[in-house]
Amino acid sequence: MRLLRGLARLWVVPVALAAWEVLTRLAQAPYFPPPSTIAARSHELWFSGPAARLFLSDEAVRHLLPSLWRLVVGWAGACLAGVLVGIAVGRSRRLAEYVNPLIHFGRSIPPPTLLPIFLVLFGVGTPTQLAAIVFGVLWPVLLNSVDGARDVDRQYLETADVFRLSRGQRLWRIILPAAAPKVFAGLRLSVSLALVMMIISELVGSTEGIGYRMLQDALDIPAMWTAIVLIGVLGFVLNAAFVRAERWLLAWHYGARKST
Amino acid sequence: MRARTILRGAIGVAGFVLVMEALGRTGVIDPYTVPLASDVLAKTVVLAGDAAFLAKVGDTLSAAVIGLLLAIAIAVPAGVVLGTLPRVETAVRPLVEFLRPIPSVALIPLALFVFTGGAQAEIALIVFTSSWPLLINTWYGVRDVDPLAKETMRSFGFGPAAIVARVLLPSAAPFILTGVRIAASVTLIVAVSVELVAGGDSGIGTFLTDQGTAGVNRRDVMLAAVAWTGMIGLLVNVALVAAERRLFRRHHARTGQEAA
Repeated sequence: MRLLRGLARLWVVPVALAAWEVLTRLAQAPYFPPPSTIAARSHELWFSGPAARLFLSDEAVRHLLPSLWRLVVGWAGACLAGVLVGIAVGRSRRLAEYVNPLIHFGRSIPPPTLLPIFLVLFGVGTPTQLAAIVFGVLWPVLLNSVDGARDVDRQYLETADVFRLSRGQRLWRIILPAAAPKVFAGLRLSVSLALVMMIISELVGSTEGIGYRMLQDALDIPAMWTAIVLIGVLGFVLNAAFVRAERWLLAWHYGARKST
Repeated sequence: MRARTILRGAIGVAGFVLVMEALGRTGVIDPYTVPLASDVLAKTVVLAGDAAFLAKVGDTLSAAVIGLLLAIAIAVPAGVVLGTLPRVETAVRPLVEFLRPIPSVALIPLALFVFTGGAQAEIALIVFTSSWPLLINTWYGVRDVDPLAKETMRSFGFGPAAIVARVLLPSAAPFILTGVRIAASVTLIVAVSVELVAGGDSGIGTFLTDQGTAGVNRRDVMLAAVAWTGMIGLLVNVALVAAERRLFRRHHARTGQEAA
């Protein structure tokens, strides 16, 4: 029942799709193909492969998989680094005072400005993409982890002292869980940033990937649109999956909030 | 207390520069690969008086400002509509949720086709990207307005326009300004991204690309340009945070929210 009502709320999506179809057919604008054309081209380009490969075409294997691989590796690496450094900085006031100006400067640099430098350092290819993704993802994760670790409720820490928890236990049982909501907020922000950095780095310096493939289609506008739609769907799915995971992993946190 | 924080911050920055310099001088990091910190600092000073560089910075900043102003002109009224008319909100919400996760950089190739000039494409994409945080913040800000205030205005015989101007916008203003701050940091990212992909001869992005081409390869100049971009980002953010604190001290005191 709830599902039905949820679906009913989405009536505007098919209506918008239909309107898009009609308008583009009427306007005949060269750069705006109708959605049905995009869907057909999508199928042909990306999903016409054998069933054993989840219908992925050769093109998809060549361009989608490397993109996704770099996205995941770069994101995970930057998150790990950001959380580790962030917790350390958040727990030590003194360390925070030393590094704060550097952190604020680093996060103020628009990440794409570093791309040309990564290109001369690492050349065209995966290391440049990974560096770009890591630099883009690092800052929101780092800043949120600092915030989360710094603002741990005093009572929790005092309770930990009373129970004589070791430093390791204090970190695992008190500080990390208390910082988790903030940390997750940072992780969620960083997912979309990772996607942005993945695409821009492929547009500028790559020989494969969705972003690279997009620029190859100067004369095949529907193919370019398939990449836009694919990236949009990827962004939507990653974000939705993350919100789900967050709700599930932090259920205890929301529960505790409700009961107080 | 405050002096100590500043001192430690300065020590942190100086320490970072010295370590980088030492790594370069001792050959741990090849000074050809990554230029010496002293060289980069010297170039940073030189760039401040370099007319060509300043003109490129001007290109990027003017595109960012025009784009941001247009986005405010579009997104704030739209946010007011969404926040006040629940019917429109339920209809439009799914569309917003589908469109928002599309990373604007995925639209760069399309924008370059549709708009003949790189500068127009740049501004159009800045408008697209910075509209979202403005729209969402205005929307939520307007929705949270005290209904009693609206009712009071209504019972005194004020029309909808007066209610928007005298109650909705003033009470949503802190949220809108937060949206402006988020949007402002995004504008630079988009501007530089478009410049990197589009090429041409305007903006910080093309300056970086030019300095990085094989014949020129001035990594010290590139890093200096990145440092300036970071400074600009930092200054804009600091200015907007200060404006928020100053204008809406009462609001922050009331809600106890920190300007994060």
